[in-house]
Amino acid sequence: MFVLFCPHCQEKREEEEFGYGGEAFRVRPSTPDTVDDETWGDYLFMRSNPKGWNWELWSHATGCRKFFVVKRNTATNAIAGSWTLAEGRKVYDAEGGAQ
Amino acid sequence: MKKDYSLWSLFTKGLKHNEGWDPAWRSADPKPSYNVVIVGAGGHGLATAYYLAKEHGVRDIAVIEKGYLGGGNTARNTTIVRSNYLWDEATMLYEHALKLWEGLTEDLNFNVMFSQRGVFNLGHTLQDMRDIERRVNANVLNGIDAQMLDTAEVKRMIPILNTSKNARYPVLGASYQPRAGVARHDAVAWGFARAASKYGVDIVENCEVIGMDLAGGRIQGLQTSRGFIRAERVGCVASGHSSVLAKMAGIRLPIDSHPLQAFVSESMKPVLDTIVMSNAVHGYASQSDKGELVIGAGIDHYTSYTQRGSPHIIEHTAAAIIELFPIFSRVRMNRQWGGIVDTTPDACPIISKTKVKGLYFNCGWGTGGFKATPGSGNVFAHTIAKDDPHPLNKAFSLDRFSTGHLIDEHGAAAVAH
Repeated sequence: MFVLFCPHCQEKREEEEFGYGGEAFRVRPSTPDTVDDETWGDYLFMRSNPKGWNWELWSHATGCRKFFVVKRNTATNAIAGSWTLAEGRKVYDAEGGAQ
Repeated sequence: MKKDYSLWSLFTKGLKHNEGWDPAWRSADPKPSYNVVIVGAGGHGLATAYYLAKEHGVRDIAVIEKGYLGGGNTARNTTIVRSNYLWDEATMLYEHALKLWEGLTEDLNFNVMFSQRGVFNLGHTLQDMRDIERRVNANVLNGIDAQMLDTAEVKRMIPILNTSKNARYPVLGASYQPRAGVARHDAVAWGFARAASKYGVDIVENCEVIGMDLAGGRIQGLQTSRGFIRAERVGCVASGHSSVLAKMAGIRLPIDSHPLQAFVSESMKPVLDTIVMSNAVHGYASQSDKGELVIGAGIDHYTSYTQRGSPHIIEHTAAAIIELFPIFSRVRMNRQWGGIVDTTPDACPIISKTKVKGLYFNCGWGTGGFKATPGSGNVFAHTIAKDDPHPLNKAFSLDRFSTGHLIDEHGAAAVAH
């Protein structure tokens, strides 16, 4: 159990209020009709699933129902912070993407 | 060569106050090089080594383990064995395992305490019952012992189950597989370790893989916490940590690692002589030979490597169990724990060659790998020995995630995998 901060509601709430949305900032191939099956399969199914810091999507399912990004350590459940998607993207890019 | 266990050895050692038993298996130091190295000394990894030695005549094998033997998910599951899956490919794979379970104690000369006490998958809604009927019919067509039961039949076989019409989720019926059962999970690891040890397999504990050496698209060996180990072929059987290993070889897997929790009660007199699962209310329970209720919860939705989950998952499952068995409402719970499970998009495993020659992966068993232990080891050993999948695991290759030939077992797996 951990407590997440919703950047939209500006509230700290228990994990039960939130839904997990998986790996953040995955890039959908811009031309799905023409990419080969490996590329599409990679986008659709493959995951980095890192042991350590992970950029992930959460939705405030029983609150504002908006999505936001969280940087959480999957080995310890430590949380570095949560941001709106746009703000999170800036921090993510400034760090040089997922480690 | 160690002597087989027998009634006579039990008697004679008993006369000597049970002193003088040899260690069941040999913990080895790593040699500089092996023909085959298996990463992960859980049930699946040890079974792979055993069948490689026994059926394929490979002699130069090591099983390396970052912790201790059978200390991962092998020791953390709820020990249920069944084969009532929906699709042909999955059913045949799990049935292969179930058939091996039926002779495993004799084969390993180690009592794995496999007890075929049957499994009930309860239905609580009309849609549940339609799905169950479809699955039972599919099972029967595949030669699996599956039956449909109505509420009265379920009640006759499990008198303590709440089958009242006034229940929040009334029991409308169930599927029943009589040959399903439970086994002693530690004994499975120890039994395979002992049997593999007899064939000269080196079991190396406290040996964590920290890197993989590749050259010319081929595996050369493993960097480990106990030095470099050269290997012609490497089989990774590391469940929740598969993605970490795959990354070392530049491979991406369709796997998410989630915590999965379970808990056991204090020991009680026998009250539940079978296994009861319910996908709709999210819980499953059986009673161990020690008398503990063994209860499994669902996965936590976030990915994690922490081997612990969130308490509200357990609360949810405890509520479900009390809903099914009001008689358990005052039973005290003894222990709770979590393991890391490697879930795939189609709830089916990956037993596959990879783009790196000589590197194989057996992973993605998600919440239900224990039941497949001997079958998984058996077909994975074939895949490694022949560099070609066994007919039973051909469909479980990694390339199904680009061809699109997924084997959707979420219905048969789900929570109660």
